[in-house]
Parts: sequence; structure tokens; C-alpha cells
Amino acid sequence: MNNKITIHHITRVEGHGNILVDIKDGKIEKVLWEIIEAPRFFEAMVRGRHYTEVARITSRICGICSVGHSITSVKATEDALGIKISEQTEVLRKILLHSENFDSHILHIYFLVAPDLFGAPSVFPLLEGAKEVVLRALKMKNLAHQWGAILAGRTTHPTKIVPGGFSTIPTKEDLLKIKEIILELIPEMEKTLETLSTVLDKIPAFERDTEYMALWNGKEYPLYDGKIQTILSSGEKTLYPVEKYRECTNEYLVEHSTAKFTKNKLDSLMVGALARFNNNYEFLHPEAKKVAEKLGLRPVFTNPFFNTVAQAIECVHSLYDSLEMVEKLIKEGIKEEEIPKPSKYGKGIAVVEVPRGILMHEYEYDEEGYCKGANCIIPTNQNHGNIQKDMEAYLPYLIKEKVSKEELELKLEMLVRAYDPCISCSTHFLKVRFK
Amino acid sequence: MKKKIAFFDFTCCEGCQVELTNLGADKFAGLLNLVEFVEFREVMSEKTGETIDISFIEGSFSREKDRERLIKIRERSKIVVAYGSCATLGGINALKHRKEGWKEFVYGDANFEILNSSKALPISSVIKVDYCLHGCPINREEFLKMAIDLVMDKEPLIPNYPVCVQCKVNETVCRYLLNECCLGLVARAGCGAPCPKDGIPCEACRGFVDNPNLEALKEVIKDKKLQEKLYLFTSNQMEEKDEQ
Repeated sequence: MNNKITIHHITRVEGHGNILVDIKDGKIEKVLWEIIEAPRFFEAMVRGRHYTEVARITSRICGICSVGHSITSVKATEDALGIKISEQTEVLRKILLHSENFDSHILHIYFLVAPDLFGAPSVFPLLEGAKEVVLRALKMKNLAHQWGAILAGRTTHPTKIVPGGFSTIPTKEDLLKIKEIILELIPEMEKTLETLSTVLDKIPAFERDTEYMALWNGKEYPLYDGKIQTILSSGEKTLYPVEKYRECTNEYLVEHSTAKFTKNKLDSLMVGALARFNNNYEFLHPEAKKVAEKLGLRPVFTNPFFNTVAQAIECVHSLYDSLEMVEKLIKEGIKEEEIPKPSKYGKGIAVVEVPRGILMHEYEYDEEGYCKGANCIIPTNQNHGNIQKDMEAYLPYLIKEKVSKEELELKLEMLVRAYDPCISCSTHFLKVRFK
Repeated sequence: MKKKIAFFDFTCCEGCQVELTNLGADKFAGLLNLVEFVEFREVMSEKTGETIDISFIEGSFSREKDRERLIKIRERSKIVVAYGSCATLGGINALKHRKEGWKEFVYGDANFEILNSSKALPISSVIKVDYCLHGCPINREEFLKMAIDLVMDKEPLIPNYPVCVQCKVNETVCRYLLNECCLGLVARAGCGAPCPKDGIPCEACRGFVDNPNLEALKEVIKDKKLQEKLYLFTSNQMEEKDEQ
């Protein structure tokens, strides 16, 4: 088998990446996951900006997870400036993180992955044969967006998320509307799971041991707060305090990428829905656990293609967990709150779970509240190394199975897509120095 | 025959594309009655060899190696629309110009070819752009309106009045009464002024109106001792004015 495969600008992923493969006489000469996204220098942009503006700049790192970037950014700023937020703010942020996870997962499951499972190049041809699936996808995407927009103002580059809380606090009517949206989404999610179970056998079988990293706090399936935990396929777990985030990510540059790669105990690590599932399975909502059992997922699950299935399980969790929080807020009543002011200046760190995995922001501010330096470690950066190692392990298997060139290309693309990479995110922060 | 439309992206966050997916089933299906999507990398694997009626381009031009791709898109398209502030102005990407040595600061000593980038400029710095759909992100209703206008061969209306007008219509409390620097006085409207409505100042993500009175604005900022934010989304426009 002699093949030279070059997939330029792989489609149905966020951002620009190439897959390069060289096979000679059935031997792999090269397999490369290349990140060619243009770098954007956010780290240089926030220098000199006031703390009230920083989250609105860093939210522009990503159009899909800008709520997550905003929340992580204000949380790190609050840590640096000694701003204490209320319990109400924390609950609202948790509901918002759920809304974005749900929103982003639906986009990924339906628009980016489903075409492969249905054998189509995109969702548009499916309008012919599976129209109700496409219309359901558009309806769910819009409802999820509305859910987040009620709290954040916009879901793409939020207006209402500010250091200390919310610039506008939702009313009781807003919360009732969110409840209504969630109740409308639950049956749509059930239909989604039915559709997914009909194509489950189209997901490739492939296992590779790796290290899974996610937040952990021993109380819940954490998105907003916790320590950093990793779990190996053997079940061996290690906890790291958030202050040690650099020690367990170990970013490094490679010549074929504008994004950094990371590693910890092994030569690569994985973050995202499957990593959260493997670290926090016991804390899933009972309804989500039921779905996991039905779909045959148990921790530690080591097939990266099933990241999409783990996302579907998380969607169920987000719906039910949010419903409980919203109902509690409605019952106890929501109140207007003053936005607290800074009480100190210095460095601050925040680690939050966003759709594609664990996200870290760190800032330093001067006495006037102006930003002196920043560092962000993006989930997709942490997955790039794992994607590369998966390709290296998966390719010999595909060659052994004697699959066609087209099939080989498709399978490699599907592997990349399973990670739901957000490439434009991952290229935004590189070398970081505090001055 | 349905008009063929395509979407392309350069240096950006792709958030404007995401806004399109939020249109909802009714509006999206309605749009598909009028147009055919022929190329859209983020959600489609299909490519087209035919002439594209309308190409929507997102993102700034920030690397010399993207020039050829832009020229090719122009050659393949009857109408080119730059959409989103990165494409229409350079947008937030141009904020990096404000700091000397942005490359060294971010990359340190690393010096791979792939890391090279130039100033972040609007798409119109490379190819002819027929229309601009401003905003960070775009307003998806405005997108829909422009798309329909273009499909119907109507000239789209691009607002040239300031955001202040929309705040008056919304009856939003002026940010200056709260002692904050707001760019609504000079910023191009069309967004519906969601930022002041939600409790934050306008940052002129849609750029300036055609004749902004920047001198008066600077005086207000100075008098009130407010924090100046004229370069956030409008670095390129400010640079042009500074040179004049």
C-alpha cells in the first residue's frame, strides 16, 4: 500500500487543521496533525486593559465557548482582585455553564458528527431523507441559545457576565422561561438519544490508554469549581491544586502547529466530555446515568470516538441538574445584588470546565486595576497531543484492516471530529511571560 | 434557480458563523427556500467548482499566505460580503497593534515560519468587498435581512447613525450618567444597542459612523476623567485618523 494523504483544512471542525499521512509499502513514514490556524495574540491584547474589559476581550478567543471563556476570565479576575461573589451568582454561573455545554454539544453531535454516522457530507443533504432530524437539530440549537442568552445577554460574546456577578440579574419571569425551555428540550433530547442509538454501531471501535483530566470536587459533577484530577485507564487518580495547573499541563511548542501541546504523566492527555465522564461518573444525575448504562458506557472508557456519546450523556445531565437549580431559585426568590468592588491587586487563577474540556485563565493586575499579564490554557491545546498519538496508534490498525484510501481519510477525520476541536481557540495563547 | 451562497473564514473566532446556527428551524428552513449553501467548511464537507452568487467572508487578513485564498474567493464570486468586525474592520485582532513587539511578547524566542503574522487588516485591504455586515458578533436578523435583499437584487441598507439613537429608542439609561466611557456617540448602529441595555458600555464593535466627532468625544472623556477605550475594536480606524 502506497498512499500520500493530505487533508487540507479539515471540514466540520472549528478552525483550521490539516492531516498529513505518508504510507510507503504499507509502512507509515509520516502521520501528522498539523495546526495552521492564524495566531491572534490575545495575550498581548489584554495587557494594559482595565479589569472590567478583560473578559470581553478574552471572550473573543472563541465564538462557540465564549460564555465559558467569559466566566473563567471573570473568575480569575475576581481571584486576583479579592472580589467575593454571592451564592446566587455562583448558581447562575453553573446554570450558564450547563446551557453552553448543552448548546455546544448539540452543535457538535448534530452538525459536525451526525453526517458521518448517516453517510452524508453535511446536514443539508439530510433535509431530503431525514428532515425531522435536521429540523430538530435547528430547534434544539436555538432553544439552547435562548436558555443561555436569557442569563448572559448574548451567547456569542456575552454582555451580562462581569467581574463580581451580572450586569443585569434575571427576573423571576426569566427563570420561568428557562424552566419552560428545559422542559421543552427534555423530550427533544430523548428523541436525540433514540436517533443516536440507531447509529451507535457506526462509531469505530478503537481503544488507547491515556490520561483523562477534569475538575473534581467530590460533591458534584463539577463545571464551575474544584481541583484538577487525572485518571489513568488503570483507575489510578491524582489530584492537583489549581495553583499547580502549569505542572500538570506542561505546555510545549511543536514546529507544525500554531497551538501548543500539553502532557503530564504519559506522552499525551485528554480533556472534554469523556474525560469528565471518566473522572466524575458517580456524580452524574441519575437520569444521565441511566442513559450511560443504556448506551453501554462505564468508566474508565477508552475509545476516543465515544467522546460524542459522552457529550450526549452530559446533555441529559445538564438538563436535569439545571432544572433542579432553576426550580430552587424560583422557589427561594431571586434578588437584586450590588456588584462587589476589588479589595486587593495581584495574580489570580481560575479553572473551569467548558464544552471541550478544562480551561485555565490566569491574570495579573496592577494597583490601578490594569492587566499586566495573562495566561490561558485552552482545552483543545490539551487534546492536540492526544489526537496525534491516537492517529499514530489507529493508522496501523486501519492499514492492517486493508481499508480503502477514502475510508482511511474518513476514519481519521472522524477521529479528529470526535474531539470537537476548537482550533481557533487553541492558537490564541502561546508563550506567556509576566512583565 | 436558487442563488448559491458560500461562507469562508480567516483570522477570527468563527462566532459569526455560530450566530447563523442560532437562527432557529423556521428562519433557517426559510432561508434554504431562497438560497443553496454550496460551501461552508465548518459544517459542510462539500465544495463547489461553480460560480458563487454571494460569498460571506469572516475574519481578518493577518497573514501574507492567506492573500491567494482571498483572491481566489473573489474570482469565484459575483458578490463578496465581509461579515463580522474582524472582516469589516480588522476588529479585535487589530488590538495587538497597540503593543510594540506583540510577536516577541507572545512567542518569546520561538521562531518557526508558521508563527509569523502581520497586522490584522480588513478583507477590503486585499480584495474588493461589495458590502459590509458589521458587528462582533453580527446581528443575525441583520444578516438575514441583508441576505434576502441581495437575493432579491435589492441594495442593502447599512446604518450610518450612532448607537445613541438606538439607546434613546430603547429608553436605556445613558452610561455617562453612570460615569462610564461609552462609545455609543460615535459608533455605527444597527445592533439595537444591546450592550448599554444589558448594563455595559458600547465598545464600538461595529466601527465608527462615517463622520465621527472624535475630538468632542475625547474632550468629554478628558473632562469627566474617564478611562479611554477608543482602540478596542477600532484600532485600524483610529490609526488612519491619527495619520491624517
